[in-house]
Amino acid sequence: MKTILKSIFLLAITATFLISCAPSGKKSNKGAISGNAAEKVYVAPGELDSHYAFISGGFSGQLSVYGLPSGRLFRVIPVFSQDPEKGYGYSEETKPMLMTSHGLIPWGDSHHPDISQTNGSVDGRWVFINENNTPRIARISLETFETEEIIEIPNSAGNHSSSYVTENTEYVVAGTRFAVPFPQRDMPISEMKGNFKGALSFLKVDKETGHMNISFQIKMPGFNYDKAHPGRAASSDWFFFTTYNTEEANTLMEVNSSQNDKDYIAAINWKKIEEYVANGGGKMEAANYAHNTWDDETHTATTVMKKKVLVIEPKEVPGAIYFLPTAKSPHGCDVDPTGEYIVGSGKLAASTTIHSFSKMIKAIEDKAFDGDAYGIPILKFDAINYGMLEQPGLGPLHTEFDTRGNAYTTFFISSEVVKWNIKDLKVIDRHAVYYSVGHLMIPGGNSRTPDDKYLVAMNKITKDRYLPTGPEVTQSAQLFDISGEKLELLLDFPTIGEPHYAAGISADKIMSKTKKIYRLDKNEHAYGVKSESETKVVRKGKEVHIYMTMIRSHFSPDNIEGVKVGDKVFFHVTNLEQDYDVPHGISMIGANTSELLVMPGRTATFVWEPKQVGVWPFYCTDFCSALHQEMQGYVRVSPRNSKVPISYTLDGDIPGEGED
Amino acid sequence: MKFKLFTLLTFLSLTFLSCGGEKKAKPNYDAPTKKEVVKKPTSTEKIDINAPSMSNKGIGPIKSMALGAIDNQLVAKGKGIYKINCSACHKFKKRYIGPALKGITKRRSPEWIMNMILNPDAMLQKDPIGKALLKEYNAPMANQQLKETDARAILEYFRTKN
Repeated sequence: MKTILKSIFLLAITATFLISCAPSGKKSNKGAISGNAAEKVYVAPGELDSHYAFISGGFSGQLSVYGLPSGRLFRVIPVFSQDPEKGYGYSEETKPMLMTSHGLIPWGDSHHPDISQTNGSVDGRWVFINENNTPRIARISLETFETEEIIEIPNSAGNHSSSYVTENTEYVVAGTRFAVPFPQRDMPISEMKGNFKGALSFLKVDKETGHMNISFQIKMPGFNYDKAHPGRAASSDWFFFTTYNTEEANTLMEVNSSQNDKDYIAAINWKKIEEYVANGGGKMEAANYAHNTWDDETHTATTVMKKKVLVIEPKEVPGAIYFLPTAKSPHGCDVDPTGEYIVGSGKLAASTTIHSFSKMIKAIEDKAFDGDAYGIPILKFDAINYGMLEQPGLGPLHTEFDTRGNAYTTFFISSEVVKWNIKDLKVIDRHAVYYSVGHLMIPGGNSRTPDDKYLVAMNKITKDRYLPTGPEVTQSAQLFDISGEKLELLLDFPTIGEPHYAAGISADKIMSKTKKIYRLDKNEHAYGVKSESETKVVRKGKEVHIYMTMIRSHFSPDNIEGVKVGDKVFFHVTNLEQDYDVPHGISMIGANTSELLVMPGRTATFVWEPKQVGVWPFYCTDFCSALHQEMQGYVRVSPRNSKVPISYTLDGDIPGEGED
Repeated sequence: MKFKLFTLLTFLSLTFLSCGGEKKAKPNYDAPTKKEVVKKPTSTEKIDINAPSMSNKGIGPIKSMALGAIDNQLVAKGKGIYKINCSACHKFKKRYIGPALKGITKRRSPEWIMNMILNPDAMLQKDPIGKALLKEYNAPMANQQLKETDARAILEYFRTKN
């Protein structure tokens, strides 16, 4: 008996301890983070991340570069907006990058980055991203992490179903969200129906240089083209675009463009249209759009205004374009890595539509049509539909895939990511996100070969997830481990702007070819110099051009006289360093473009218009060496009527004088 | 029997106490550390940076360099490379950011000169003359990422500057 009592007593104690081990206190929304999540995202000091994530900067107009799994921000690449940190859009060399048919636009709205591909896999050469507001597509080099090219898209407005690439980066697409007059003209808004059009543009990408040009624009009916996805593998000749507002409403859109139970996914056989174009098809029409290119040898961007674009009328290329009826105002349009399944997420529908590519081809052969829209055949829903994922959550937006036959769909309204099996249309797992998730990204997820390791959910709202910073709180992404059966939440990390979409890639595909310096002997800048002996100051009327160099830790020349009030002074500054990670900066008191950061071997220019007489200093703005504080100089500014001649020296000598 | 049961229960409760049984090895979060042995100078003599020291070959890729007659083509090449990569900090007749280079090939071995061009970081940290030069001039010599053939050409140019 005593034994039994003792046993009970001991068991009670044991139970007490057991209970005390369980999580205590109130239920939190940590999303069931398991014990080793910290270990999975911890990248020890000096260690490197395994993946790059290029996350759209949304309304900041830029593209940010993060490491995964750590969620550390490495760089913000300026694309569609001026960036004082890098002088982008402020230096004379980079200003042309922001030129459009509307003039210089100092900031934009960046949306969907997509990495170039070879044979259906991300190759790490370039990343493309679209500007939504003033329609443009940019190409960013992944050797320099700088924007190399921006092309404006004419006849387009709200450049949203962009900038996705085909399997071998033959094309990058830019689809219009708004239907607009094509070409633009003065007409009553109320006469929109049938008169507005939707331009879907295909930009050819040069295999070697990456240079883009608008190969053709398809003049589609005046619907809103929301999202796009290239076909993969079996369907790689096709491109798919979701549409909404097939009602062609032009006011109170939230009601009037949500009338139809089904809108369409437009399926476009781009190979067929390419062939048509190669045989002289299409019509050259007048247009006006800017094409801006950066040259890494002249370190200078140039703008060319283009005046023509090739326009394709759908009815002239029979067999190339079809409409796939898809449940209610579909937003996301995603194709699985095999190319067979086309997922349309009807953001207002209770279920997600999955079409079958092979059924689509058969329906086309069988002419299983359900009428047409403006001459484009509408395929019969039952003939092409693979199935519906019934009630998986509320407000489906976007889907990405792994290589194991699973799809991952975001649900904006119910704030969750749902993992489901494509073949049997069964939900496998779901995980809450915080909050209101838009896009999600799996590295390589837009290709035939996604990486089955990580998933990044990009959220529109964060509310209580971070320390508050006034009415505006940080935007956020959340990292999941998808290697197992269950989605495992690992990390929250803040992002810049709205993280619309992202593209991810294994680090080893990029890091080995990253550029370290610009070779001085290849510097072809019009005002660049290759040694101090070439530095000089030249007056041309009211313009003064300073050919200056910088090296640890002095400028040449560093004493300049003969500048007058009212002059326009150009500082053309070359960094003579040829070592990795030794940029120098320059700041001139009173200059509007206050600072330039100049990479080794590069030349950059800023303009200073002195307004006051005096002796004014300039200095290096990037801590370059122990003698950084000594890296400074003076410019003497005399009155307009002064007779002080131009002179320039370094250590009392004209630079290079007396040396051979 | 009683004793046995008691022992068993005690053991069980202790197991529970450890919160979850099996213990995992703790991950090692420490950054890899390199142990660097700092050599103390063996002599306390002050190094005269102006005195010739032709036996010191420096630290770097150049172990031995035999010189022949002056090659004028190589001199011309070296002059061009020198102008772009070196002249912002060196003059021949005058102390500038770095030392005046006139007569350098009479003061330093060919190997030392080339190693200083190709491997300045290590030279300034470890070579006794390199360390003394840094102390004197404050500004570290920049690594201009030159190739061995570039450094050889510069050396040839220097041979004409005595």
